[in-house]
Amino acid sequence: MTTPPTPRFDAREASKWFFRHGHTGWLGLRFTEQGDNWVELELPWREDLIGDSSQHVLASGPIISLMDMASGMAIWQTRGTFQPVATLDLRVDYQRPARERASVRGRVECYRITRSAAFVRGIAYDESPDDPVAHVAGCFMTIGADPREANPALRGGGNG
Amino acid sequence: MADRLELPAYARSLGLALTGGDEGGMPVLTVDFGPMVEGRPQHFHGGATAGLLENAGYAALRTALNAAGRDPVLKPINITVQYLAAGKSQASFAVGRITRLGRRNANVTVEAWQSDRSRPIATAVMNILMV
Repeated sequence: MTTPPTPRFDAREASKWFFRHGHTGWLGLRFTEQGDNWVELELPWREDLIGDSSQHVLASGPIISLMDMASGMAIWQTRGTFQPVATLDLRVDYQRPARERASVRGRVECYRITRSAAFVRGIAYDESPDDPVAHVAGCFMTIGADPREANPALRGGGNG
Repeated sequence: MADRLELPAYARSLGLALTGGDEGGMPVLTVDFGPMVEGRPQHFHGGATAGLLENAGYAALRTALNAAGRDPVLKPINITVQYLAAGKSQASFAVGRITRLGRRNANVTVEAWQSDRSRPIATAVMNILMV
């Protein structure tokens, strides 16, 4: 069977439609930079995303969303194709609060990828990547890449 | 008590609300499904689920601190979220449980679910510094 060639996944291009709707659109995420196995996105400062009414600092929740999205895109960037992934585990270690009225950037690299799993690590920062707001580590699984489905011999009998 | 709690701006703009109910004395939070929490079509975005868990964790800690007559500033140290099942296009709920309340730090475990309380869709463990 022949399939038409699909263009390599490109985070910059994908961002044009990823951030138009849904949760990431509501947050107003923006694409900033990319490499072979990493993607960087920006979460712009916004008054209604503060975590504590006494400080003008972004809440940690939107920073998790930023890092989760940058993680997924880093995986597709590394794999070269857009294949849906599910987050299994995401850990965020907060180093310090973000600065007042500062946007936060999330840079995540996919350092290991297998057929069904992907491992990422990254940082969130406001001014300099050398002074991160948070460190992140995560583990993802591809959806719909169950090898048993591709191999009829491994498929359970009787279930079609 | 739960009705004295106020959710932060981020929680309110994401559509989180206190149900008014509790579990083990800790407030239950909820969020309806909608565009603001949607990731892949008709499913919760992992970040939105994390936001629900995190806010339920803080609400539980505030409730425990209020009961103890304490009012410290809370600073997040870390959060680990485990995703157990896809969040479908229906309301989600979450409640926190204080695993340990120390003088300077607290360890809080949080669970989120949808229609079936016995089938969590995500859990989180949070370490929070109190100053």
